[in-house]
Amino acid sequence: MEEYVLNILKGSVLTLEVALGSLLVAVVLGLLGATAKLSQNKLLNWLAGIYSTVIRGIPDLVLMLLIFYGGQILLNLLLESVGYTEYVEINPFVAGVLTIGFIYGAYMTETFRGAIMAIPKGQMEAGLAFGMSNTRVFFRITVPQMIRLALPSFTNNWLVLIKATALVSILGLPDMTMLAKQAASAARGITPMAPMLFFLFTGAIYLAFTTISLVVLKQLDKKYSMGVRRGEF
Amino acid sequence: MQFDVIFEPATLKLFWQGILVSLKLLVISVSIGALLSIPLAVLRVSRNKWLSTPVWLYTYVMRGTPMLIQVYLIYYGVAQLDIVQANWDTVALFKPFKDALFCCVLAFTLNTCAYTTEMLAGAIRDTNHGEVEAAKAMGMSKWQVMRRIVLPSALRRTLPSYSNEVIMMLHGTSLASTVPALMDITGAARSVYSDYYLPFEAFITAGAIYLVLTFTLVGLFKLAERRWLAYLQPRKA
Repeated sequence: MEEYVLNILKGSVLTLEVALGSLLVAVVLGLLGATAKLSQNKLLNWLAGIYSTVIRGIPDLVLMLLIFYGGQILLNLLLESVGYTEYVEINPFVAGVLTIGFIYGAYMTETFRGAIMAIPKGQMEAGLAFGMSNTRVFFRITVPQMIRLALPSFTNNWLVLIKATALVSILGLPDMTMLAKQAASAARGITPMAPMLFFLFTGAIYLAFTTISLVVLKQLDKKYSMGVRRGEF
Repeated sequence: MQFDVIFEPATLKLFWQGILVSLKLLVISVSIGALLSIPLAVLRVSRNKWLSTPVWLYTYVMRGTPMLIQVYLIYYGVAQLDIVQANWDTVALFKPFKDALFCCVLAFTLNTCAYTTEMLAGAIRDTNHGEVEAAKAMGMSKWQVMRRIVLPSALRRTLPSYSNEVIMMLHGTSLASTVPALMDITGAARSVYSDYYLPFEAFITAGAIYLVLTFTLVGLFKLAERRWLAYLQPRKA
């Protein structure tokens, strides 16, 4: 029994890696998506609109299966067309991270778009008037203020994302959930209670992750809201 | 692309039955979850710690763990216990666990009920103080204030965020495909994929079905908001 528990604990590291890796992808895609949605370019607007609507309208699991199995075939077809005939298998970790990142990038797009829109326009205009370039205005003026405005919904997205990583177990990545399931069926012969105990244990680790995230993000929120007066009732 | 495989009668039938299973799962779990969430939300905002803390704990645990784990816990954990399996023909309490659909509905209901309870509790807390005061001044009892003033308005104000929850649950029902005995939309797509090895065709079809269902739900909730939240809409010129 102990070895199974240790194994699940080891799997929790992979869960965290997948979650943090996808978060990075999601934040980059979210920033790109939000910029595209707010830009003057009609084509970019349209593309970002399709991205955030379609992705948010389809279950994560279906998208994952589509990107994971479909991406595999697509990649090999592409390689074949350039004359590379050997079968290439995508690393499931990379596939999982890119897929979850791609999905949650759509949610982040909306989060960041709302936050950017909430910053007074004069701030950016003042930056431009000072002779800063567009990129510099973005990183010096927009981003620092955006963080505070984006944090509440960023927190939500992160909590949903970390729970969504459980789905990579269906793609065959040995994360915490998959190891728990394997341990459950292996140890069922030892004691019929085993499956239940393993899933409860795994649930408790997820709960610990979400609890720690909430505490840390609350501290961040405090830091970034320094000097902001909230409405009092 | 070989979408003609999708339009073969056998495949179409598979997807159609998948849609029925998904909608059945969604309707049952969302409606039971919503009904249970009303008393739970009232307990959640209660000033009595003995009443509010257990509800808080329940919502905290359900919202802090993946729904996949919850489904596994019930299907592979509880339903596979020897005591349950040995007695499910005789003990009425264990009988439903024989059915995979019931296990999924139980997990989904517990999950959606937790989220809905928190939303509704938030709306109850946000009720305008003056409304409650006025009701008290009219001589209503605490229970009457809750039933006549707070709940009707809180239920309406939960509508926009509740529509998100229902859509999340529609997407959540795709987890039913992880239980062997169930064939929902995702399950149908997975079986088409494994029969024909056509991932794009199978999962794009499933995705399109979910998109249509999602937009239908969004439309229905828009109608519901127009009906019940008309008084909160911005004034039209």
